[in-house]
Amino acid sequence: MITRKVRKWEKLPGKNTFCCDGRVMMARQKGVFYLTLFLIVGTCSLFFAFECPYLAVHLSPAIPVFAALLFLFVIAMLLRTSFSDPGVLPRALPEEATFIEMEIEAANGNVPAGQRPPPRIRNVQINNQIVKLKYCYTCKIFRPPRASHCSICDNCVDRFDHHCPWVGNCVGKRNYRYFYMFTLSLSLLTIYIFTFDIVHVSTVLEVLVCFFTLWSVVGLTGFHTYLISLNQTTNEDIKGSWSGKNRVQNPYSHKNIFKNCCEVLCGPAFPSVLDRRGLMQEDSPASSTSAAPSSSSSSNPMSQTMKTTAPLIPNEHTPDDAKPSIAASAEKSDSPKEEDPPTPQPWVALIKLI
Amino acid sequence: LRPPAVSSKVFVQRDYGSGTISKFQTKFPSELESRLDKQQFDETIQTLNNLYAEAEKLGGKSYLEGCLACLTAYTIFLCMETHYEKVLKKISRYIKDQNEKIYAPRGLLLTDPIERGLRVVEITIYEDRSIGSGR
Repeated sequence: MITRKVRKWEKLPGKNTFCCDGRVMMARQKGVFYLTLFLIVGTCSLFFAFECPYLAVHLSPAIPVFAALLFLFVIAMLLRTSFSDPGVLPRALPEEATFIEMEIEAANGNVPAGQRPPPRIRNVQINNQIVKLKYCYTCKIFRPPRASHCSICDNCVDRFDHHCPWVGNCVGKRNYRYFYMFTLSLSLLTIYIFTFDIVHVSTVLEVLVCFFTLWSVVGLTGFHTYLISLNQTTNEDIKGSWSGKNRVQNPYSHKNIFKNCCEVLCGPAFPSVLDRRGLMQEDSPASSTSAAPSSSSSSNPMSQTMKTTAPLIPNEHTPDDAKPSIAASAEKSDSPKEEDPPTPQPWVALIKLI
Repeated sequence: LRPPAVSSKVFVQRDYGSGTISKFQTKFPSELESRLDKQQFDETIQTLNNLYAEAEKLGGKSYLEGCLACLTAYTIFLCMETHYEKVLKKISRYIKDQNEKIYAPRGLLLTDPIERGLRVVEITIYEDRSIGSGR
């Protein structure tokens, strides 16, 4: 058996792509991200090439300089959002998963044969509010509050906001502030370019791109400013988690706009808990059980119902929640332990003798 | 002399009662009763909780760090260590220290929660091979 050292990112489950030996982490589909880059760089190039000479001469050289700085800031924020770990929660290793399953079974007691076991939910009281923690069948964990499973990236993400195809990544706890700074600075850049475009029209294309970008990006920035002031995520907003009916209130809000903004935008920079560039042993040829513990039982298609895109009835169990438990319990009985050592082929032993 | 075999593992779960901050439950696992005092376990978990609270504290210092970082388009993080990372190193040293002084002599091993996604404090229980160790 040959043991070699690999970087941990090579063995991470989920549908992310990694670049620069694990330094960069993105979603699998990056087409729209390239489009975003093209639109920003393209429009700004037109601006710098055709507008700026006129503006620098007739108005002030400070105008293109400020535009350049703003442009660089926008690109930096975009790349930061796209390339960073949004706050992915690593999947439970086999022993942890088994431990949790045992706890669940102990809590459920004896379920009569033929009956569905109850949905896997843990209740937690936060700030006088009962919050339900759902069990993720793919990651085999009870999701922390505000975490959600992204079906596109196939990961549970902490403080999940949404999956943004424009940046080619999920937006979560770790990169939300970069995402917000990106939309804010892009809004400012678009307004800036648009203003000068109207003052001195050189390319109609530029005006058109700016016009449409303005409405969408400025609107998005406004929406996220609203969310930040209430300390809510897009996911919670869509699901109506704290919409106020049944006297349900957001337990995470400080009830103070300034404090909420400070926490979301200027809070501590959370480190990534995925040790992407760490080294680990990989035994070849056969055993990859230690590296990808959940891959054998994560092919459960029902686990995809834990999606974030479909609006769910807030804090209620959809009927789909019960279905995975049957499939999962069937699979569980098939693969009790995932630590079987590989049986060496007789011919391998022969080769070693030579 | 072969290394001791793993007898079982205990996973101390997160305590979300105070929100999304990193905090672990202080409930003493029954599997450790024969190996460890409740008080020692309590102290370890409480210290860890305090350290994580220090890392995630919202205050003047964290706001200053955040604002300064934003002004540099977050490039400052390429050369400077964040406050959180500094505290994580502290936590790592504390766990190593606890393992050496308290847990290893009792055939236990604390795993740094950062290696489990800050989800659990994993305590490995090794089989007790000391003869006549009846505790």
